Amino acid sequence: MNPVADTPGAGGREVLLRASGIEKRFGAVVAASGLDVAVAAGERVSLIGSNGAGKTTFVNMITGYLKPDTGSIVLGGRDITRLDPRAITRLGVARSFQIPQLFPAMSVLENMLVALACHGQRLSFWRTARRADAVARADALLERFNLAEHRERRVAELPGGVRKLLDIAMALTAEPRLLLLDEPTSGVSAEEKFPMMEIVMRALGEERMTVLFVEHDMDIVARYADRVIAFYAGRIIADDAPAVALATDDVRRYVTGTLRPDAAPSQE
Amino acid sequence: MTPSSPPHAPRVASPTRGGLVSLAGVLLIVALVVAGAFMPKWLTFLLTMAASHGLVSLGIVLLMRGGVVSFGQGLVFAVGGYAAALAFNRLGFTDALGLAVAGGVAATVVAAPFAPLLSRYRGIFFAMLTLAMSMVAYGVLVKTSALGGSDGFNMGRPTLFGQALPDARAGHVLYGVTIAFAGVLALLARTYFDSTRGLVTQAVRENELRVEYLGGSVREAMSINFLLAAFAGGSGGALTVMSLGHIDPNFSYWTTSGEFVFVAILAGWQSVLAVFVASTLLEVVRSFSSLYFPNTWQLSLGVFLLLMIRFLPRGIGSLWVDRGAKGDRA
Repeated sequence: MNPVADTPGAGGREVLLRASGIEKRFGAVVAASGLDVAVAAGERVSLIGSNGAGKTTFVNMITGYLKPDTGSIVLGGRDITRLDPRAITRLGVARSFQIPQLFPAMSVLENMLVALACHGQRLSFWRTARRADAVARADALLERFNLAEHRERRVAELPGGVRKLLDIAMALTAEPRLLLLDEPTSGVSAEEKFPMMEIVMRALGEERMTVLFVEHDMDIVARYADRVIAFYAGRIIADDAPAVALATDDVRRYVTGTLRPDAAPSQE
Repeated sequence: MTPSSPPHAPRVASPTRGGLVSLAGVLLIVALVVAGAFMPKWLTFLLTMAASHGLVSLGIVLLMRGGVVSFGQGLVFAVGGYAAALAFNRLGFTDALGLAVAGGVAATVVAAPFAPLLSRYRGIFFAMLTLAMSMVAYGVLVKTSALGGSDGFNMGRPTLFGQALPDARAGHVLYGVTIAFAGVLALLARTYFDSTRGLVTQAVRENELRVEYLGGSVREAMSINFLLAAFAGGSGGALTVMSLGHIDPNFSYWTTSGEFVFVAILAGWQSVLAVFVASTLLEVVRSFSSLYFPNTWQLSLGVFLLLMIRFLPRGIGSLWVDRGAKGDRA
């Protein structure tokens, strides 16, 4: 099972995120039940599960959008369980969204400048948002995400894949310690998924950052994750290396659908 | 443009472009002040009213950039006006520039306790809350005999840098003070629009959730905009009362607030200059309609607004802002 959760600093790596005993209910619906997750610095962890399994609820609790009923979430030694999204962002957690959350009437560059301005310690009444150093930083990130050619285009005019990339690029302006990607390839055509993930992973590789990504495409998961956490009905049913986790009966039965729900357990 | 398509991207001026705009603004202010010496009295008065009222609408535009509209800016207009008139009558503080600043400060102080509350509201709730506040102020002013009740009270002629203003030149001097003061605030507003804080305000208008997830504070942005709008509105009230020489509770009445919103909509939220152009247009339409159709001038105003909405749905500012944006992309 989880190589990090039981042993802080396993493999000589520092535990960046530790969620312990997380419970969350929406009325009668159990969205999270006894979740214990530890993520080491530099790890790339994929969260998988069918719709309603609790993946996005877990991400929303890490980012402060939802508060767990019980349990704690600790980031780099600091309890962030009850903090609001803004405070958590300022502690180094950034996220992208399943449906890209952008500023559609603005240009791509202006979206990046907003992200850089928000990340700054103090907003200025005087200093222009288009100052040279901010534009240079924005351009560098756009270059890394192959978005430079779209620099002056209005976001509302962009295709879905480009919006996804911009959404992630904006999250990176904060130079986060932990990046959460909510279904980075959803809505992207099959041919574009791998090239897009290549761009993202190459850009993230330069940052050496810890990544949690929610994903439904198991080929993507197998290729880009160091570790897979599978959710079902608010519980974790597998937490291991991709090759191992994706081969378990529970994951095949409840997540990938490669094992019929009534099939007998395989001999392991 | 189809009705459903999003508006053109707002432009964030580069430092070079921003400098050129500021320089052009300074030249325009100087030209207008100098030109005032050659204008007839009726025109200087009309432009004085347009500039001082334009400051209140500038505050509304500032709020509009963050996605909210205040229907109650008459409140800060009145507070600024009463503060200036009271400072003149009761404290003997007579300097025109000082009174304009005092009006702005008084309005900001009155608005400050409400800013954190109002920053939680959007859309019609924000609009109606601000309207309610202005109407409460109207009710209080009407019933306060110490402030002249429904009749209000008069104030004398202000001074400038310790110099009394002679009868023949008073109108022109107050015109110059108003143009210069409004011009400086307009330039500061232009700088603010292009600043990091100004850009984040525009982002709030489009996607509050993302601003929070990027580490920005939506409520802080809205509160600050409300206070800046209060200062602009208050100083506008002070400048107005100095030229009129009289103040009454109608400064806070809902129809007064409505006129400021009217100008803001007419101008659009993209251009500072457009606010003052729109304010001048309103004053021109109001003056000439009052002259030629004294009982139906509101009808003329309504027809004028309908024409503007039909042909310039994004405001007068779109005439040059959208064109400039297209040029930049070409």
